[in-house]
Amino acid sequence: MAKKESTFLNMVLTLVIVAAAASFTLATVYNLTKEPIERAREAARQAAISMVLPEFDELQTLSFIPATGSEPLEFNLGFKNNELVGVAVATYTSMGYSGVIRAMVGFDLDGRIIDVVHLSHTETPGLGDKIEKGKSDWSDQFAGFDPSASVLRVRNDGGDVDGITAATITARAYCDAIDRAWQTFMANRETVLKEGGE
Amino acid sequence: MEYIVIIIGAVFVNNIVLAQFLGICPYLGVSAKVSTSVGMSGAVMFVMTLATIVTFLIYNYILIPFDITYLQTISYILVVASLVQMVEIILKKVSPALYQALGIFLPLIVTNCAILGVTILAVREDYGFHLLEAVVFAIGNALGFALTIVLFAGIREHLDLMDVPKGMRGAPAALVVAGILALAFMGFANLV
Amino acid sequence: MGQLQNFSKGFIRENPVFVLLLGLCPALGVTTSAFNGLGMGLATTFVLVSSNIVVSLIKNYIPSKVRIPSFIVVIASFVTIVDLVMEAYMPALFDSLGLFIPLIVVNCLVMGRAEAFASKNNTFSAIVDGLGMGLGFAFALTLLGGLREILGAGEFFGLSLFAGDGMLVFVLAPGAFIGLGYLVALNNIVKKKLD
Repeated sequence: MAKKESTFLNMVLTLVIVAAAASFTLATVYNLTKEPIERAREAARQAAISMVLPEFDELQTLSFIPATGSEPLEFNLGFKNNELVGVAVATYTSMGYSGVIRAMVGFDLDGRIIDVVHLSHTETPGLGDKIEKGKSDWSDQFAGFDPSASVLRVRNDGGDVDGITAATITARAYCDAIDRAWQTFMANRETVLKEGGE
Repeated sequence: MEYIVIIIGAVFVNNIVLAQFLGICPYLGVSAKVSTSVGMSGAVMFVMTLATIVTFLIYNYILIPFDITYLQTISYILVVASLVQMVEIILKKVSPALYQALGIFLPLIVTNCAILGVTILAVREDYGFHLLEAVVFAIGNALGFALTIVLFAGIREHLDLMDVPKGMRGAPAALVVAGILALAFMGFANLV
Repeated sequence: MGQLQNFSKGFIRENPVFVLLLGLCPALGVTTSAFNGLGMGLATTFVLVSSNIVVSLIKNYIPSKVRIPSFIVVIASFVTIVDLVMEAYMPALFDSLGLFIPLIVVNCLVMGRAEAFASKNNTFSAIVDGLGMGLGFAFALTLLGGLREILGAGEFFGLSLFAGDGMLVFVLAPGAFIGLGYLVALNNIVKKKLD
């Protein structure tokens, strides 16, 4: 079969048909994957919450604006037998080496850190990605950390947190994210506890 | 101040070629001579800035309001491709001298992933750029591209005169040199 | 050329990364581990085979002057499909490949095969060509990813091979360039032996 002539009409028709077919296909795929994508995100959020809280059987979500930053922090209150056992705060920082770092911080009712797990980051593989639990045990030092007794900053800045070799910026940023969560938690602790029925 | 930080970050710290691995094809392809690498850098700067402005507006005023951000890739690549064509036609008419200098590089730019990469990065929500910041970001990245490719071309002109082991001649030696440059650029890591 | 040769050329003789030096951005950018390299390689293979099929099917209906934009739209659609499907079903891999998934669009390899091969050959040859080139690309990325992971972290596909941290530089950006440089040189030697 001979090739179609490159007349104006043919060219416009071809491009319109190709573009329409492509948009139609993509819209279909988008609608098909929309729900699985939501589910995957929700599963990741749930997994992060259960990593930083003691065992719970019910969750309640609140949100508070932090003193530093405009984006609200999501507070996930974990209940066990209708009793508040801890709060998982989804926090963030824009002080990272490249882009925003997000993390989930679990607090007990007094504001001590239960554990921290990263949600997303774009730090350098091999250096900054040591904040990930699977990559190194660096973030384990936050388990049991009490920000009211110790200073939530890396040692270089006069704090009590060990830095990451060759990735000071990332470690500093991670502390900033956790500190944002803690400050906001302490500022709203009364409200949170009242919500928790105490 | 904000703008200076964006530029320094893009040129030295997160260098588009040596740290983000974008635009490697032209980086290796047109870096044999300093003069051609300068021409390529000029063309990249021109198209990158224009493309970022257009795609930024499309993203924020068409894709987001209509909730069709999944068409981002497809619309961006079409914008870049048609923009390059348009620039080529306009340059030919308006400034034959500039066309002479940049002309042969323009078609190569469509498949330069640095352009598409920067336009996508410029609307990433965690940067939260407004239009002017996005433009500065594009210019910074173009400058970073220019700096590395011209530096690299200068080294390669000398490399051609060296007695390189047979198996390493050409691309392998160039890649190792790029690696050493990348190592040098890591020294800028704590700049911002 | 037989179909077998058509298939196998992508691994050594015309390897897209080592010989043609195409698609270097993802080859350098995502190969911090063998798994990431393999994931990127397979994603690219999918796009390559699908777009080769569609291009070889529609080649007779496309006026030659708008053939490039039409091919770009076809490729971009498949890339977006990979993007969405990967986010839904492989979120961890999606996170680590990041920006490089949409950038498959500008991988010269995909456009190059559509224009140089699929638009001139029948569908079956186009599929074989796409598979061969795509798997050759995946092979190169897995090799580079494996090399960087072994030397840089002492692991292979996440399995620890030896104690200690390894040479960190191989996981970082410079190691990507240097590792690829030596693999290209090695492939040159192997190719010469084969001839």
